Amino acid sequence: MDLFLDTFFNWQIVQEAWPILWQGLKATLLLSALVVPLGLLGGIILAVLTTFPSPWVKWPLRVWVDTFRALPPLVLLVFIFAGLPFVGVDVGPWGAVAIGFFLNTGAYYGEILRAGIESVPRGQLEAARSTGLTRGQTMTYVVLPQAVRNVLPDLISNTLEVVKLTSIASVVALPELLFEARQAQSVTYNATPIMAAAVAYFILLWPVVRLLSRLENRQLAGRG
Amino acid sequence: MSTTTGRAPIVEARDIHKHFGHLHVLKGVDLRVVEKELVFLIGPSGSGKSTLLRCLNRLEEPSSGSVTVDGIDMLDPKTDINKARQRIGMVFQSFNLYPHMTALGNVMLALRKVLGLGRAEAEAKAQAALDRVHLADRADHYPLQLSGGQQQRVAIARAIALEPRVMLFDEPTSALDPELVGGVLAVMRELREDGMTMVVVSHEMGFAKAAADRVVFMADGMIVESGLPAEIFADPKHERTRAFISQIERH
Ligand SMILES: Nc1ncnc2c1ncn2[C@@H]1O[C@H](COP(=O)(O)OP(=O)(O)OP(=O)(O)O)[C@@H](O)[C@H]1O
Ligand SMILES: [Mg+2]
Repeated sequence: MDLFLDTFFNWQIVQEAWPILWQGLKATLLLSALVVPLGLLGGIILAVLTTFPSPWVKWPLRVWVDTFRALPPLVLLVFIFAGLPFVGVDVGPWGAVAIGFFLNTGAYYGEILRAGIESVPRGQLEAARSTGLTRGQTMTYVVLPQAVRNVLPDLISNTLEVVKLTSIASVVALPELLFEARQAQSVTYNATPIMAAAVAYFILLWPVVRLLSRLENRQLAGRG
Repeated sequence: MSTTTGRAPIVEARDIHKHFGHLHVLKGVDLRVVEKELVFLIGPSGSGKSTLLRCLNRLEEPSSGSVTVDGIDMLDPKTDINKARQRIGMVFQSFNLYPHMTALGNVMLALRKVLGLGRAEAEAKAQAALDRVHLADRADHYPLQLSGGQQQRVAIARAIALEPRVMLFDEPTSALDPELVGGVLAVMRELREDGMTMVVVSHEMGFAKAAADRVVFMADGMIVESGLPAEIFADPKHERTRAFISQIERH
């Protein structure tokens, strides 16, 4: 039992590893603050484009979304970081993460927001247009706010996944939380840094998880 | 009719055709509405009343024909359709209020974004419009906190706040509980007394008899006949009209 505690919950080790864990935590926060807005931006662009009825927009968009949803994000990231330099495009680790998440996460957010836009009754759009609002104004002030509200739980779930997914940034040499924890583990020959990282993730995400289940309960109640 | 012939036409639709795929929904409709006139549009379900109304503000694109509203050619590609629509208020059967905005917010949106008014001025205008539909005290209520009749009156306020030249009503009371119909019709009566030009699709025959200048009967995408309410209701020329009216009055 002592050995177990020593290996997994060693306070001494937590203190030693803390500076490097803290570096990793900061990187994870920074990555999340970068990729969540980028993904949302990509998602909004895709979702708004899908409202154009033209097949010249519709089919390329379908292919785009399907491609980036089917491609494993890790593969995508490695390709952008290590593959593109061969054709003279070197975007660096942060650039690779930004582009990769914009493409991958954007496709997921895009599908969620598309469902949200489709859930807004057509009459809303017609009422807005009948008062002289342009297509863009109608989207911005009438359709999107309702669309987002209708799919808020899905947006938050996806955001949780995205934050967890930022751990793949370590493959392009961005030392985020999990990477630093594993570094510390290999230096100390002790699993405690990993446990500490798990606790940090939990503290970071638990409020969001709580919020999510409250929203889901409210939606269930609203439907009943 | 003689009282209306001298006035300027506000709406002039000529030979409107509308196809939905193979469906020929409007088959050459002419409609002329002069200033301050209230035209009441009746006809069986599917006869094309809503489609005609929606062609007037181009929510629906007519397949052919011409539509002029307040001197503006609505179908001319050079016409700024958003500007033109400011002059045409529309009220829908299902209200279509924005659920995420208060009554005041609903009325203010177009004042701010379409007319470009500042906040204070837009708010004053919106409040005045709510006052005209007797809902000044409900300005900060959300649509879900209002009865159907109140929602429809907010929708009317949203349209009249832009000071349109003509108002189109598509079955404004059909979705309401019977006891709420009166309040909406009363507001429409007041609008008419203030001189608003109106085209109303509705089954409220009592309202038509009391307030309409002219009743237009449509069937199968065509106008069958049109005349004074007394003529159409008491002494229709066409068998289709007679059958429709007696069927409605049995309800
Ligand atoms: N967007 C559309 N696509 C295909 N068909 C349509 C569309 N809108 C209307 N129609 C068809 O056009 C015909 C006329 O419809 P419209 O709604 O104008 O009739 P209406 O006279 O308003 O009927 P109601 O009294 O039921 O409201 C109907 O057969 C309807 O199914
Ligand atoms: Mg209709």
